[in-house]
Amino acid sequence: MNTVLTLTKRELTAQFFSPIAYVVLVVFLVLSGIIFGMESFKPGEEASARTVFAVVPYILVLVAPLLTMRLLSDEFRTGTIETLMTAPVNEAELILGKFLGSLLFFVVMLAGTLLYPLIMSLYGSIDVGLALSSYIGLLLVGGLFIAVGLFFSACTQNQIIAAICTLAVLAVFTFLGDWLASNQEGTLRVVLQHLSIRAHYEVFIRGLIDSNHVVFFVTSTALFLFFGVKVLEFRRWR
Amino acid sequence: MIEVKNLTKHYGSNRAIDNLTFSAGSESTGNIIGFLGPNGAGKSTTIRILTCFQPADSGVASVAGYNVFSQSMDVRRRIGYLPESAPLYGEMRAREYLHFRGKLHRMAKPDRDAAVKRVTERCWLGDFIDRPIGQLSKGMRQRVGLADALLHDPPVIFLDEPTIGLDPVQIRETRKLIRNLGDHHVVFLSSHILHEVEQICTHVIVVAGGRILASGAPAELSERISAGSRLIAEIKGDSESIVSAVKSLSGVENVDCERLDGWNRLAIESNGAGDIREDVFKLVSDKGWSLREMRREVASLEDFFIKITAEQSTAR
Repeated sequence: MNTVLTLTKRELTAQFFSPIAYVVLVVFLVLSGIIFGMESFKPGEEASARTVFAVVPYILVLVAPLLTMRLLSDEFRTGTIETLMTAPVNEAELILGKFLGSLLFFVVMLAGTLLYPLIMSLYGSIDVGLALSSYIGLLLVGGLFIAVGLFFSACTQNQIIAAICTLAVLAVFTFLGDWLASNQEGTLRVVLQHLSIRAHYEVFIRGLIDSNHVVFFVTSTALFLFFGVKVLEFRRWR
Repeated sequence: MIEVKNLTKHYGSNRAIDNLTFSAGSESTGNIIGFLGPNGAGKSTTIRILTCFQPADSGVASVAGYNVFSQSMDVRRRIGYLPESAPLYGEMRAREYLHFRGKLHRMAKPDRDAAVKRVTERCWLGDFIDRPIGQLSKGMRQRVGLADALLHDPPVIFLDEPTIGLDPVQIRETRKLIRNLGDHHVVFLSSHILHEVEQICTHVIVVAGGRILASGAPAELSERISAGSRLIAEIKGDSESIVSAVKSLSGVENVDCERLDGWNRLAIESNGAGDIREDVFKLVSDKGWSLREMRREVASLEDFFIKITAEQSTAR
């Protein structure tokens, strides 16, 4: 566990030293800020941050790949993987450390959006429970996105390829999930509906923390992390 | 300390190392082992297998008493490794990096502080220990990598081309450091520079094309080559009778004669069974010829190296 924490700390520090991370941070806050400004205070409607929360995963589809692409690709490209994997560190510890480090950076990113409920509370009372469940939903989505990105980063030493593959997979399951499902019949339709990230996330921004959907995010994140470990192990054999 | 048996590794259809067997780091080999070979000889591959970075296709290897495949973590705790390009994290400061590596080796804070201090002195990092690694020159980075390999005081240290990219002063200092390391550690280093290996190693393993061509102490290897070496003698007299007389000496295999302002310059090749210099001298004095020069052309490890690598490439 100590090793994981050491790696987590290094990863988080590395994120803060990477110019890409700052660009991602700024783009994320600017985009979500614009939506908050435009959508949350409409004349004649109840002030609500719900639209912002609904849109954030779409922004994440674009920025998460940028955050995760260098995680392992860079270690392969520069050869630092060689010093890491000849120290007493196993593949699972490495993946977990990288994952937690990036997740913490994502938490920092999310912390910037705390401003929105704060601003709203200036004009009235906010629904704390709803905000909480929305943030938990976002955290779960972010975790899954990072796990997918980490997996693709483990597959290649080319950051761009890692980013594009991550983007493609995230986009399919976030933007196109519902549309794909609606074009299918029978079992396939049900399966695709269950794989739609949007549908699972929707529940959280309605204020519901349903174990069903928590389990979906947790298990799919774990699955991609597991794949990441396997890819790392496999790479040694080549 | 290092035992390797029938190690083989392929990359696709390309055989990187082929049935390597050697043992090193014992009484008989001394503590500084040089792994010598041209580029592409399989040096890095062998080191990567021994440091548990890559598994071999077949064969067994153990380092510090543990199997590199089945007891990989035990091996990794006991080795220090400097890869060829000295890969480091550019955004970290050298001191931070060493602490990070120390933590991975589960060293407690006080131990780590002491260890960082020790390697800072040993590898002369004093001037730039608090600068970001990304700003350091190749030589400085190499020293940070070396410091990392020594940090947890491992019994076995692997150095892949440790002096590559260093300036002459740094090369000399690094060699001195490696020689000192031999007192307490087993050092396994790869190099394609013969001179270097000849200078610092107690045992040399010559590889080419993934196979071991020769091994032994550097002096022993030189001896092996020079034993069958040539004797150059300049003798005055009738060249034909000189050549035939020298040829009749026991052990002489071939004699080349060249006329040089009244003298005969003979290049005598012997089979290496014994020293023929005395026989040549006696022959000359018996016949009443004059002798103005006689020397043995001692082959260097370099000659040997060029010879065997040339043989390798023609064999392909």
